[in-house]
Amino acid sequence: MTPVLEATGISVVHRTRSGPLHAVTDVSLSLEARRTLALVGESGSGKSSIAKAVLHLPPPTSGTVRLDGTDLAALSARELRGLRPRMQMVFQDPLSSLNPRRRVRDIVAEPLDAHPGTPPKGGRDARVDELLDAVGLPGDLFADRRPTQLSGGQAQRVAIARALAAEPRVLIADEAVSALDVSAQATVLNLLRGLTETLGLAGLFISHDLGVVRAVSDDVAVLYLGRLCEEGPTEDVLAAPTHPYTAALLAAVPEPGRALAADTRLVAADPPSPLAPPSGCGFRTRCPLATARCAAEQPATVRIAPDRRVACHHPLTGA
Amino acid sequence: MTPPHIPVLDVRSLHTHIHTAGGPLHVLHGVSLTIDAGECLGVVGESGSGKSVLARTVLGVHGRTVRVENTGRVLLHGDDLLDIDPRQRRRRLGGGITMVHQDPMTSLNPVVRVVDQVTESLTNRTRMGRRERLRVATELLAAVDVPDPERRARAYPHELSGGLRQRVGIAAALAGDPALLLADEPTTALDVTVQRTVLDLMDRHRAARGLATLLITHDIGLLYGRAERIAVMYAGRIVETGPTEAVTGRPVHPYTVALLRSVPRVTGELRRVLPTIPGSPPDLALPIAGCPFAPRCERASAVCGTAPPPRVDVGEGHSAHCHHPVGRETTSTTASVVVPKPASAATGTVVEEAAP
Repeated sequence: MTPVLEATGISVVHRTRSGPLHAVTDVSLSLEARRTLALVGESGSGKSSIAKAVLHLPPPTSGTVRLDGTDLAALSARELRGLRPRMQMVFQDPLSSLNPRRRVRDIVAEPLDAHPGTPPKGGRDARVDELLDAVGLPGDLFADRRPTQLSGGQAQRVAIARALAAEPRVLIADEAVSALDVSAQATVLNLLRGLTETLGLAGLFISHDLGVVRAVSDDVAVLYLGRLCEEGPTEDVLAAPTHPYTAALLAAVPEPGRALAADTRLVAADPPSPLAPPSGCGFRTRCPLATARCAAEQPATVRIAPDRRVACHHPLTGA
Repeated sequence: MTPPHIPVLDVRSLHTHIHTAGGPLHVLHGVSLTIDAGECLGVVGESGSGKSVLARTVLGVHGRTVRVENTGRVLLHGDDLLDIDPRQRRRRLGGGITMVHQDPMTSLNPVVRVVDQVTESLTNRTRMGRRERLRVATELLAAVDVPDPERRARAYPHELSGGLRQRVGIAAALAGDPALLLADEPTTALDVTVQRTVLDLMDRHRAARGLATLLITHDIGLLYGRAERIAVMYAGRIVETGPTEAVTGRPVHPYTVALLRSVPRVTGELRRVLPTIPGSPPDLALPIAGCPFAPRCERASAVCGTAPPPRVDVGEGHSAHCHHPVGRETTSTTASVVVPKPASAATGTVVEEAAP
């Protein structure tokens, strides 16, 4: 299956007063239709930087991004703008990503108004009703409301409807449910999962919550200090993590009915600053298995199963 | 002299009305709870359930522009805190109750060095020299596992990571040697691994100092293995309370059951469609005759809409307010696994709409 979106060897370097900050280093990933890839990592791990680089907002410092085989870097600004509707994003805080003064109808219709190329069948209002219906908000009840009259879950669904209005191929959700209550979260997760399948979208789901990731994604990529440490089908990775960082993340998840692991399996509590990353493997300062080799050389990404990759000198084996 | 059992915090049928431009909101409806020394009570609820208002009422720190009316009692070591004027209250509270806030970025002052924020609750009452403040702050920061505490004490909040900032917040809360710690979503802004260490740290100090802790969260999973008891709040009421194991393992109130069911989990059977709770919490401005959860409840009957639900006691301090408590034979939280069809997720979502 050819990927809808393919990012190859992308790196993002920010210039800061304290020197270059390597937000993302040599990350490759591909998104397929009807599948969702989850990017997991702590804050500062480069999750959002990858999302922006993939959207060419701005383009990555190095590496290529292809949408349906087209290299985005090879496009003129005008051509890129023409492709933009194909990649849509849903943000973390639904209330601050919706204009409080506009009505739901106009918010959802924004992409239609901004890209007037293809007039929707049956007119703008009919299309808005259809979109609101797709996210489970009946138009007659919600179209004339303003964002302040919506709950968090409803606002997030309006944001999703707006993203769908552009008829995207790729839907990127950046911590889209972390600000929501548990019950609203479940509704939005079900919706995202259903939409990727029914509309054939390729999903990129960014989250730090492994429970949420499990519910919504097919594949998962775990990031640490801007590098991929582990990648594979979500169920396999969560059942038997091979990177010590994935194992530590999993052990730290609190869950009712699950006894707390005796310790967090981490040496240091806090991740190092991305401005001064450790030599060799970035995780070695917190890794219980670190050896001299981890400080000396950056672990290469190796394939441990047909669909699983890990970058670690001392990968865990077995469950 | 003192009777053997006076809890550190004893809240008795607390009703709180907050007056807003749109009229009064009845935010807390007869909340009662107690916390003993060294005990952690977890309060779980969704946004708007009144859990933060509860903490703010106990501490008496509602915004200056908000007019709040309370009835009921809030007793700290048996002394009523609601019934006294602010100055007396301040004296009586002293370092008695402290609070750890949700977002360590906004709860710390960006232009004040860590040393002065950590020692603030001490310097409010006693004069302390610069060296003394630095010594005390360094000690406190070391106690909350801040590496290189002396250097960190001289830093400003923006120079620290989120996890370190929250540890500074905890150090500041511990400075006055309080009897009661209110923690309002203390780790929501943190990553899971950091969250884990911060909660472990709070547990350690609770045990070592006999600190009574009120841990407020929206994440019921976080309380498991930490809080001795849980109180589940809905629409300003405690709808179920009891030992953590009992409430999470054998929930009695349909809301608790639904809440536990909709939590996405990393273990257990894979659920492609998560069970949701239909509808949304009631509007606090409108009076509720019966059970506040009735419009969203799968077990609701006519009586739920008209009569306030009775208290159902299932033993071991585990009780709920419900007309149709969930029997122990039907509490399996895995009973409602739904096998998805591709289209059903999009159309099967239920509209969140408050009952009129």
